[in-house]
Amino acid sequence: MIIKQLSIFVENKAGRMAEVTQILASNNIDIRALSIADTTDYGILRLIVNNPQKALDALKTASITVTLTGVIAIAIPDHPGGLARAIKVLSDRQISIEYMYAFLNPNNATAFVILRVEDNEKALQALQDGNIRIMKESEIYEI
Amino acid sequence: MQRYFQPEIETASREQLRELQSARLRDLVRRCYERVPFYKQKFDEMGLQPEDIRNIDDVYKLPFTCKTDLRDHFPYGLFAEPRENLIRIHASSGTTGKQTVVGYTQHDLDVWAESAARAIVAAGGTKSDFVHVSYGYGLFTGGLGLHDGAAKLGATVIPVSSGNTKRQVQILQDFQSDILCCTPSYAMFIGEMCAELGVDTAKIPLRAGIFGAEPWSENMRREIEKKLHIKAYDIYGLSEICGPGVAFECSEQSGMHINEDHFYPEIVDPDTGKPLPDGEYGELVFTCISKQALPLLRYRTRDICALIRKECSCGRTLVKMSKPHGRTDDMLIIRGINVFPSQVEHVLLQLQMEPNYQIVVDRAGNLDTMEVLIEMSDATFSDSVKNIAAKEQEISAALQQILNISAKVKLVEPKSLPRSEGKAVRVIDKRKL
Repeated sequence: MIIKQLSIFVENKAGRMAEVTQILASNNIDIRALSIADTTDYGILRLIVNNPQKALDALKTASITVTLTGVIAIAIPDHPGGLARAIKVLSDRQISIEYMYAFLNPNNATAFVILRVEDNEKALQALQDGNIRIMKESEIYEI
Repeated sequence: MQRYFQPEIETASREQLRELQSARLRDLVRRCYERVPFYKQKFDEMGLQPEDIRNIDDVYKLPFTCKTDLRDHFPYGLFAEPRENLIRIHASSGTTGKQTVVGYTQHDLDVWAESAARAIVAAGGTKSDFVHVSYGYGLFTGGLGLHDGAAKLGATVIPVSSGNTKRQVQILQDFQSDILCCTPSYAMFIGEMCAELGVDTAKIPLRAGIFGAEPWSENMRREIEKKLHIKAYDIYGLSEICGPGVAFECSEQSGMHINEDHFYPEIVDPDTGKPLPDGEYGELVFTCISKQALPLLRYRTRDICALIRKECSCGRTLVKMSKPHGRTDDMLIIRGINVFPSQVEHVLLQLQMEPNYQIVVDRAGNLDTMEVLIEMSDATFSDSVKNIAAKEQEISAALQQILNISAKVKLVEPKSLPRSEGKAVRVIDKRKL
């Protein structure tokens, strides 16, 4: 299952984050997870939200540069070695991770990890074969 | 010590100069009319006959020539000499549609060398000096202009060309350069490199510098003089007229003497084209009264300055021009290179990007810097920093290719830059001149 992540261009200047988050708030968008890739001049804000399409439209209307990126979400047990096992499944098949970020499931002792890889299909297959739990879109959006 | 390169001209009386100028102008006008169809057509349209120009005071009757005329007749359309008489070609920095090509006969090269030699002597140069030329050599007139000037004087040329600053410093020490010729910002940079390398500039022979090809301030002069432990002299020129040596500073260091026996200056109102009296600021216009290959009539330089006619302590009687205040058009001079905002537009369009951009020129550590702000677009954007960096690299490389100058590319929010409707602010020049 491919999850839709919002990737947003944010120039490094005062007030930009406030503007983006305000647009999401006024459109009743719930943020599930968030990460920022930062460079000296700009950042790429990556968001998992409850309604990616609606968020995309709202941001585009406000002339913000945004795109949807397909990522993978996996659930791993929240104990030592949980993440290591999942990553090994990918590295065993020479699948490299471009970036990843994680957040805890508030309901039980599971962590969710968002993975961005070059070839989603190949990664999904590897994870499946390795018995790693892959999250469905609905599961993530409706946490 | 030699005070003038050609005292008979440099200290000539006004009457002698006027006579020379008038004779040369009459000859020039006749050649332009007979050999350059562009001028013949202009004269005919204006109902002007070459005989109507009797002396130098009639110069105002002549038509103007603009940079666009050179471009419209690119490359050789305004030349007045057949190919077999051409000895050299130079070109102004630029690109498609912006470059201007200029040509020289042997006589033109001699005049230019003579003019540059006067500048070197005015800066205290003599036959026994080592003249270190750090202007770029090539189509750019800087390098070869000062090179030929130094050779004409009989000095010893060290043709280093620009770049490799550590080596420049090494040569200053090892070859014992007496006079340095380069752009003022590069002189600053060489001075900083000396400090960085622990070279005591008070202990090297270098005693004077001739700096031009870009505007610079009195503050910068003081800085350069302190850093390099020299006297710093301004030199003015543009390739359309010949190159560096059109005007030069003397020991007084206040305004540049124009070699008016070859380049007759006027100041006109940039809007109306009406001649302005001495002392008033306006657009500098030159008539190349002794030029053969590319004899331009009333060429509009777009430089804003004033003509100063008063006795100079150096003894020269040649009229002086003030340091140019600014330019009438949008051309930028960055590290001595001509940059037109439209060139950036050209690059963006070539890369199939929206031409929404802004150029920020600044001076960091006394070297000009250029940053190009470009709006991020869906086509440029990517989820990966790596891809965006690659795109920035691509734009930067394309700019370098066209502009001959490195520019930092910065991607900004869409719609955050002023639009081209009306007067878009395309350039922010933060250099304090």
